[in-house]
Amino acid sequence: MSTTTTTTISSGHEGTIRDQVKNYFVRVKSGEMGALPSVISLIFLTALFASLNPYFLTKLNFANLLVQSATLMMLSMALVFVILIAEIDLSAGVTSGLSMAFFIILTNKAGWDWRVSILAGFVVGFVVGSFIGFFVAKVGVPSFVVTLGLFLGFQGLQLALLGDGGIYRVEVPELKSIMNDNMPQWAGWLMLGIFLTLTLLINFYDRMRRKKSNLPNRPLILLFIKLGVMAGLGAGCVSILNVNRSLSAIAIAGVPIVMPFAITILFVGTLVLDRTRFGRHLYAVGGNPEAARRAGIKVPKIRMSAFIICSMLSVVAGIFNASRIGTVEATAGKSMVLSGVAAAVVGGVSLFGGRGRLAHAAVGAVVISIIDNGLGLLGLPAGINFLVTGGVLILAATVDAVSRKRAGATK
Amino acid sequence: MDTPVIELQNVIKSFGPVDVLQGINFKAYAGRVTALVGDNGAGKSTLIKGLAGVQSYDSGVVKFEGNEVHLNSARQAAALGIEVVYQDLALCENLDIVQNMFLGREEMTGMTLDEPHMEFEATQTLAGLKIRTVKSVRQKVASLSGGQRQTVAIARSVLRKAKLVILDEPTAALGVAQTEQVLNLVRRLADSGVAVIIISHNLQDVFKVCDDISVLYLGKMVAHLKATETNHLDVVGYITGTKSMEQA
Ligand SMILES: Nc1ncnc2c1ncn2[C@@H]1O[C@H](COP(=O)(O)OP(=O)(O)OP(=O)(O)O)[C@@H](O)[C@H]1O
Ligand SMILES: [Mg+2]
Repeated sequence: MSTTTTTTISSGHEGTIRDQVKNYFVRVKSGEMGALPSVISLIFLTALFASLNPYFLTKLNFANLLVQSATLMMLSMALVFVILIAEIDLSAGVTSGLSMAFFIILTNKAGWDWRVSILAGFVVGFVVGSFIGFFVAKVGVPSFVVTLGLFLGFQGLQLALLGDGGIYRVEVPELKSIMNDNMPQWAGWLMLGIFLTLTLLINFYDRMRRKKSNLPNRPLILLFIKLGVMAGLGAGCVSILNVNRSLSAIAIAGVPIVMPFAITILFVGTLVLDRTRFGRHLYAVGGNPEAARRAGIKVPKIRMSAFIICSMLSVVAGIFNASRIGTVEATAGKSMVLSGVAAAVVGGVSLFGGRGRLAHAAVGAVVISIIDNGLGLLGLPAGINFLVTGGVLILAATVDAVSRKRAGATK
Repeated sequence: MDTPVIELQNVIKSFGPVDVLQGINFKAYAGRVTALVGDNGAGKSTLIKGLAGVQSYDSGVVKFEGNEVHLNSARQAAALGIEVVYQDLALCENLDIVQNMFLGREEMTGMTLDEPHMEFEATQTLAGLKIRTVKSVRQKVASLSGGQRQTVAIARSVLRKAKLVILDEPTAALGVAQTEQVLNLVRRLADSGVAVIIISHNLQDVFKVCDDISVLYLGKMVAHLKATETNHLDVVGYITGTKSMEQA
């Protein structure tokens, strides 16, 4: 077995662009598809709906679609944290509703400052997350059961707080503008510039550090291609959104205010998952909890944190939802959670745990929203929408299961 | 001979009425591979769990490098430099080789993971062990073969500067070529100055790589043998209880 030729161990960073592209296809073939299926379906669905209804590709609908998907995007990104450790939070939707119920009661009825009420909403999220985390991580109750219980219980709590059929108007202009107003034109470009610069800086920092450790770097051109694509897509979106899209005399233009919020959370969350010890341990617990435990990782603590983060981010989804609808009612958030799970899974986050990224959930949320939006435009009965979304979820979960098997088979 | 890295004196462990370890004496030396053999239920895993700190002995003395120690937790054992590679290896398939090797002991720069440094160290360690079967250190463990995984698990203990590495049936699930590779690695590990204890049911492997052989029979240590001074048949005799050696 011992050959005399010394082959050095590579890092996957060496070689030309051609090698890198080849590596990528090898990974895809072995089942590491990431967001690829969802990006393909994104393109396919866009083409499909655009050909079926001319309104689909209008500037106004594009902006609507973005805003519509923002809530789902937040919820599915929240769920990523628990799905990564192979758990589920079926109460994420009603948690977002419950936190907003507290918010609206405190603001409208108790007359609290709205900022303090928002904070109270986050406290609700924190308490709910800790509660779930305690029962799952410390007591050992399956998360499916705990959160299903809360899913039912919180609907009751929302009813108790807001009253049967109770509906409250959001009276805070700052809050309403998140989903309903747009940034000035220049701010959209500034936002794009900031995120591109940050991405560039982080990549250069990484390359510099690798070089210092005498490790090979991927061809620089690859980074520029990646950034070029990001810049191109970003600039396309910003310029479309910056043109007046109103159908009436009052102009509507600019990037919706919700976008910088959503992108910042995506950006920071990704940094946490990719670059901190906590993120690494979260993936480890999702991949093999016993191995994580033996490596000295405090698995219950990681599980607790995942549920707390999920519930807190669900509160953000609640804020987005309340802002868009302009009201809070007892049934808020109830129907959202399965779409959130669907979005994450469609985007390529594995229900088996340990695999997936926030960006996957974000893309998945856009896919689910496109289905919703596109079918709505076709004027089909509402039931069709559920059928299609459900079908897509099962399809995505099947792709997940099959690709997982394939990855195992290459041993 | 110099002081053993690990020494057990009169170690006893019972589960209720079942006396699993009945006064065990055992030594393992730096630079040597010591086989721990015995039939199913002889008490091998129980002995190892005590050394790993996950299940303490009822009584007896444990000496590490000549000093008496009390191994009450896996953390304590690890702090001394005792690493166990369990049969199931305990690797995260969704993480790559570097991430697995540093799991739980990640190197940091400030708040963030020091990936370049970890990658460099992992590569050096693998190269130091002359491991050639692994293509890339950034490969996911899911894509590795059984032998490659065993290799990664052993390399991880080397990376942690272990003084005593315990391997529980490292070749049980491997084919001929991969067994050969892992045994070579075990040899190199010992040659680098580490004390290695290897549990195995495969006497062929034992004779291929081990210097010393200790035989457990129903909770008693019935023989300490030098691999060069004994043979297959003798060892089988001790394992099955048809032979015995009066020991002090
Ligand atoms: N936690 C426990 N409670 C009760 N009995 C136990 C426990 N752990 C081990 N035993 C008993 O101790 C004896 C020795 O077990 P041990 O696992 O150490 O054997 P072994 O030599 O590792 O066997 P094998 O080769 O099958 O792995 C067995 O009879 C087993 O049933
Ligand atoms: Mg055993």
